[in-house]
Amino acid sequence: MIRKDDSFEKLHNLNRRMFVVIVAKIVVFSVIVSRLFTLQIKNSEKYSTLSDSNRIREWRHPPVRGEFHDYFGKIIASNQNVYQLHVVNDEVQDFSNLIIKLKNLLGLSEIEVKKFKDKQRNIKPWEQLIISENLSWDQFSKINSFLYELPGVKPVLNTVRYYPHKENLAHVIGYVNNPSKKDVELNPEIKKKLVPGLKVGKIGLEKFFENKLLGISAIQRYEVNAYGKIINQLTYQKGSQGQNIKLTLDLEIQNLCSGLLAGKAGSITVMDIFSGEIIAMQSSPSYDPNLFLYGINSDDWQLLKNNPLKPLINKTISGLYAPGSTIKPIVALSALENKIIDTNFTVYCDGKTEMYNRTYHCWKKEGHGKVDLKTAMAQSCDAYFYEVARLLGVDKLSSTAKTFGLGEKVFDNLFEDEKKGLIPNTSWKKNTLGQNWYAGETIITGIGQGYMLTTPLQLCLMTAQIANGGFKVKPKIIVDDKNNSKFNLTPISLNNPRNIQIIHEAMFSSTNEIRGTSYSSRIEDIKYQFAGKTGTSQIKKITQVQRELDLKIFQIPYEERDHALYIAFGPYVKPQYAMSILIEHGGSGSVAAAPIAKELFKAVIDRDFTRQLSKKEIKLSI
Amino acid sequence: MYQYSELNKSDTFFQKIKNLDYPLIIMILLLGLISFFIMYSVDEGKILTHTKSHFTKFVIFFLLMIFLSMLHIKFWYKISSISYLAVLVLLVLVKFFGFEAGGAQRWIDLKFANLQPSELMKICIILFLAKYYHKLKINDVNKFFPVLNSIIIIFLPVALVMSQPDMGTSILIGMSGIIVLWLSGLRIKYFFYSFLGFLIILPFIFSFLKEYQKLRILNFINPNMDPLGSGYHVIQSKIAIGSGGFDGKGFLKGTQSYLEFLPEKETDFVFTLFAEQFGFIGSVILLLIYLGIIYRIIRIGLISRNHFSKLFCYGFSFTIFLNLAVNLLMVLGLLPVVGSPLPILSYGGSSMLTMMIGFSVVLCAKINSKISIP
Repeated sequence: MIRKDDSFEKLHNLNRRMFVVIVAKIVVFSVIVSRLFTLQIKNSEKYSTLSDSNRIREWRHPPVRGEFHDYFGKIIASNQNVYQLHVVNDEVQDFSNLIIKLKNLLGLSEIEVKKFKDKQRNIKPWEQLIISENLSWDQFSKINSFLYELPGVKPVLNTVRYYPHKENLAHVIGYVNNPSKKDVELNPEIKKKLVPGLKVGKIGLEKFFENKLLGISAIQRYEVNAYGKIINQLTYQKGSQGQNIKLTLDLEIQNLCSGLLAGKAGSITVMDIFSGEIIAMQSSPSYDPNLFLYGINSDDWQLLKNNPLKPLINKTISGLYAPGSTIKPIVALSALENKIIDTNFTVYCDGKTEMYNRTYHCWKKEGHGKVDLKTAMAQSCDAYFYEVARLLGVDKLSSTAKTFGLGEKVFDNLFEDEKKGLIPNTSWKKNTLGQNWYAGETIITGIGQGYMLTTPLQLCLMTAQIANGGFKVKPKIIVDDKNNSKFNLTPISLNNPRNIQIIHEAMFSSTNEIRGTSYSSRIEDIKYQFAGKTGTSQIKKITQVQRELDLKIFQIPYEERDHALYIAFGPYVKPQYAMSILIEHGGSGSVAAAPIAKELFKAVIDRDFTRQLSKKEIKLSI
Repeated sequence: MYQYSELNKSDTFFQKIKNLDYPLIIMILLLGLISFFIMYSVDEGKILTHTKSHFTKFVIFFLLMIFLSMLHIKFWYKISSISYLAVLVLLVLVKFFGFEAGGAQRWIDLKFANLQPSELMKICIILFLAKYYHKLKINDVNKFFPVLNSIIIIFLPVALVMSQPDMGTSILIGMSGIIVLWLSGLRIKYFFYSFLGFLIILPFIFSFLKEYQKLRILNFINPNMDPLGSGYHVIQSKIAIGSGGFDGKGFLKGTQSYLEFLPEKETDFVFTLFAEQFGFIGSVILLLIYLGIIYRIIRIGLISRNHFSKLFCYGFSFTIFLNLAVNLLMVLGLLPVVGSPLPILSYGGSSMLTMMIGFSVVLCAKINSKISIP
């Protein structure tokens, strides 16, 4: 019986304890089920997303950039296939070993090796590191023959920007390079499309039209396993090239301008006087934008940066020069408009004028004698314009100058580096310098010296608006497909339209009559005949000693020589084009600048036929 | 009472077959079937090593289970102490002659197969303790020497397995032993005090742990600490399970496991593979099968007339439960990653053999439920 009691008590005890165990089991099971519920039902979506991103790798290729074409569809900036060397981080076994091998094969420098090592540490395992963006064929074949001992290395054929015309268009087009942090922050479109190897415009039209030019990335999606090894390709989404941009430029004229400026510092602008289309726009010296594509090397950079002729500056839009005598047509026009003078108004020039206790010299020491408007313009008599300016006053002059496009940006915000220039008047001086305007300052403003500053582009626009008979022109460099042949001309309000005609005639005699300052650069053939005005932009005040020495140009140090200017329009019988030419430190406009116009005009007029024809074609196709 | 045993002795083979517990056997076969499908998906939809080997093992061990259950319960009672000692010796042998894999020395090469004695110990310790407490009078349970003996019985294998090092298995062995002590009526205050004592020495234990074991625990506390390193397992496993959703991604369509994001997907993390493909519904059904097995085993314990069978069944049901719970809680990110297989489903012979032997003792207890052991 004792046994039985014992086993009964054992059983009783066992059942009680087992009950506790079962309760514990039920609790744990509920925990497991509720955990499953949380993971698989409540948070299912979150984990599904995580699961997808776990297995899908996306490779976005840099988009193919839109091209630049000239007016006739010729390529200005295109894309080129290059051999590149990428390293797929996932597949590399020993990066420091690999980079040493690559260093020997490609001849990388220690600094580059260090840079790549730092970069490699900071990229994600599935990303690619670009070792070289532009392999030579030799390097490419060398890499290919050693490929089996370079795990992770991927030779790639890629499409990148190429500028076939090198320095001929650098200032207008600009160049592309890797986006900086600032580029990414400021442009949300770049941020959206940022992929390794993406290039963005840094300056010029490349920068302004960034969002148009940027294409859409091609996307490859792969399914990968935990080691990043590709299992299969899921999708290939074709990218698309960015929009092409058609410029109003004529490559032939542009290249000619570049040639005409070779070896000189200066600028040429050619414009259609009705449509405002820029035919050519070149600043010299220029640079090869291809140098910047893969990061310019420091030797080339130092060379560009330290060049005294300042190749990095686009002189056409950001070079500021005193207009010199090229302002005289505006001074004369303003005086005619304000009825200060008429065509019969004469001044006697004996080489110098005494005004306000100071002597103002004419460029011709012996004087021009008695001159009227036409003669004064033709021979660029300073004494005449001193007197006209004195009578006119700076405020009236400045208001006429402004209506003709001086003193403000021509292209609004198309070019970041465009300058406004300066057309002074009395209130400007009061507000900016806090001084009263002196009458003597008006005198020199009459010959385009003093405070007045203009860009070559502004002078060209001014000339165009005089040439077309006084109509507002909006210069453009991009062919806008919508209203490419239609342009409304709004007249600049003139008291007497005949006044413009007087200026035309005066400018004509400056080029085509004996003793005209640019007479030697004239073309007698009516088809090409043009009218112009020379200008000399003084760098330094001429001292009395220098005046007496009457130095020849080569006797003056380069940086003290005057800038040579020339503005012109033609053909005279039926004007169509205007141009401005600047040669920095070229001496006088008639010697350095006007001869260029002669050569250029012939080419421009010859191309006109082709241009008008293509215009009609466009019209027909619309 | 004597008469009963006489009667049972005359049971024929067919009688025994008839008395097998068929609901339990069906559920075991069901698990076998599921495990076959899982291994098939581990092999990426082909019948390769995993599938073949697992299926062969299952068939062999299942037949072994039926055969062993034909034995008399007294046989198990008799060999329990010997088997405990034998496995203990094997554990010592592993220390010297075992081979190492995955940073732990836990396998013995038996020429035709590799055996993991620590798995067998899970059963042997229950058998041995069940016998010990079967013989012990209830009044002696809380006396000094019986308590000391039980502690030694548990401590020896736990210490040996811990030194392999295999924290997971050693904890499971220890818990299996402790549950028998609990069921046998050891005073609650002993459990309470030893639990307190355990808490106090916990920091010291932690300092003795190997670096990777410490990492696992730290990672359990914050798995995002090192997502590509040691916290990787749990994060990937949660993603796989969670992305399964309500009804799963479908058979053979589990991207996470298929694409090798899951480490040890065929052994300890086999549940993630299952849950990704079959979702919440599948997971709950799987849990219900395990619950059914546990329920059947407890029921068999309940109808058994002898204390040894009862203790074993209850203890073994707890071992299954513990293996299941530790594995799932670990996979679900609720426990640190300790090696612990999912019964029957995980790839690995020793674990399956252990479970099958356990089942055969249970079936034996069912057949011999009316027999009492003196």
